[in-house]
Amino acid sequence: MSAVTLFGLCGAALVGIGLYGVIVQAPPLRRILAFNLTGGGVFILFGVMARRGATAGLGGDPVPQAIVITGIVVAFAATTLAVALLLRLQAMRDAAARDDAGAARDVA
Amino acid sequence: MPDSLALFVAATPEGYLLVLAIALPVIGAFLALLLGARQAERVALLLLPLGLVVAIAVGRGVYHSKAALVYHLGAWAPPLGVALRADGLSAAMLITTAGVFSATALFAQAEFGSSAGAPERRAPLVFWTLLLALWAGINCVLLSNDLFNLYVALELVTFTAVPLVCLDGRMETVAAALRYLLFVLLGSILYLLGGALLYGAYGTLDIVLLSGQARANAATLVAVTLMTVGLLAKTALFPLHFWLPPAHSGAPAAASALLSSLVIKASFVLLLRLWFGVVAALPSAAAAQFLASLGAAAILIGSVMALKQARLKMLVAYSTVAQIGYLFLMFPLVIGASDDAAGAWLGGILQMVSHAFAKAAMFMAAGLIARSLGHDRIADLGAAGHAMPMTFIAFGLAGLSLTGVPPSGGFTAKWLLLNAAIGSGQWWWAVVIVGGGLLTASYVYHALEGPLTVDGDASEHRVPVPLRRQAIPLTLALVSVVLGLLPLGSFGLVQIGRLDLAIGAQP
Repeated sequence: MSAVTLFGLCGAALVGIGLYGVIVQAPPLRRILAFNLTGGGVFILFGVMARRGATAGLGGDPVPQAIVITGIVVAFAATTLAVALLLRLQAMRDAAARDDAGAARDVA
Repeated sequence: MPDSLALFVAATPEGYLLVLAIALPVIGAFLALLLGARQAERVALLLLPLGLVVAIAVGRGVYHSKAALVYHLGAWAPPLGVALRADGLSAAMLITTAGVFSATALFAQAEFGSSAGAPERRAPLVFWTLLLALWAGINCVLLSNDLFNLYVALELVTFTAVPLVCLDGRMETVAAALRYLLFVLLGSILYLLGGALLYGAYGTLDIVLLSGQARANAATLVAVTLMTVGLLAKTALFPLHFWLPPAHSGAPAAASALLSSLVIKASFVLLLRLWFGVVAALPSAAAAQFLASLGAAAILIGSVMALKQARLKMLVAYSTVAQIGYLFLMFPLVIGASDDAAGAWLGGILQMVSHAFAKAAMFMAAGLIARSLGHDRIADLGAAGHAMPMTFIAFGLAGLSLTGVPPSGGFTAKWLLLNAAIGSGQWWWAVVIVGGGLLTASYVYHALEGPLTVDGDASEHRVPVPLRRQAIPLTLALVSVVLGLLPLGSFGLVQIGRLDLAIGAQP
């Protein structure tokens, strides 16, 4: 088995595991992590395409590499936005839970 | 590459207009962030009319040259370079986008304006910056001709649309925004995966070049399926629509108007580019029937859910779920109906445009009603009809256009789709179109029943809304109606630069 095929299979496996996680997992943080796993798999696949499409004398096709770099930036931005929303939501839930507990104590 | 396609990617002299259409809002968003809330509002109100002029100039350029405008970024031609391309569809949507954004900006002034002398608040700064950035993202989606560039543009739209959902910072809206984000991220990653496969198979992501090369092999079919599913999640087609109603109904009225009328159309336009561009030459009749059946289910489920809602904003959001369904009837009618294909294409695009204006009007009207009464419970709307008739007329006119009552933009759109369905012998889609109209009429009446029939006391606890503000949704609703009065010949614009026709013309 050549290295390119091996990388291709790794990428496909990562995509599969990631998609399973995104669809099946309920907790948002796990889904965010699974999304990143899928993203990693897709970037490896782009790397494989770069290697396969390389013309004579070049180590790899540069276009997919440019795509991967941009893709990583986009995935990073998506992850930060999702984590920021999640943290804000959790902070509000904690505050609401404290208020409820306080109210219950006052009644008792 | 066939000669007929070479013409489609050559740079044109008016191509600089496309750069301007994207650069204006991008520059505006940066300026807004730097200058603060008060100036951000001015920047937006200054740039939006300019953007409208640029959009009309693009439309004029496409119409007069009878061909798409093309610009090669950095003068690098595809496949190595990235091209911007505006055909009739792009031009029509650019004008719609600029129009709806301008109206929304005027509408949002009351809520997100900075009054003289008062300290600047944070929400307006965020709102105006996001407004400009969202406009940039949508224009970029409408004009890009490279599938990866389109991925980045779609993500720009997502990253600006999600914060708009939770602008008021309540717990429910933050939860809705997170759900929306996770859902569309799944869509993006499927789209990108499809892009990787297409690049591996053809060595380019330029839509025009791909349309000339695409073959019906396994890689192409898997890639297009993945991309289609990803884009369906972003467009919120049934059964991938669950994120839409809480996200669109929780946002501030001005933001809801943009989300429901334009954001979901961005991914739909990309879907059209995929089906009637990239794989236009491949047989896809069965898949098109399947997409349209999802659309029919969306019309039915969305309308029934709209009818069951107790709150006005939720009703309007479910109405979006239903109206998206009509767009998907385009697929079998354009592919399967040779004589009526042009009519079906025009009908679908007209549905996009008239729904954009009507839905923006409806969300703004619902927002004004909620603001005036302090609630938007449909059962208790009765008295408000006397207090703010202008807003209810706007809501009603927009509803008539959605229902397809002549003369209105919605009527012409549905009439064209109906003609194509009957002309091509696909009578089952005609049943869906007529039945959908009845369902739409019933949920619009459900919302207006109280105000139309109850003789309530108009002085009930309410905040007065200035007529100037009420005039904005009315204007949008009137635009949606007036679209139906234009002669059909003036819509020839949307047929220009269609890739599927160019490929069909090849020997």
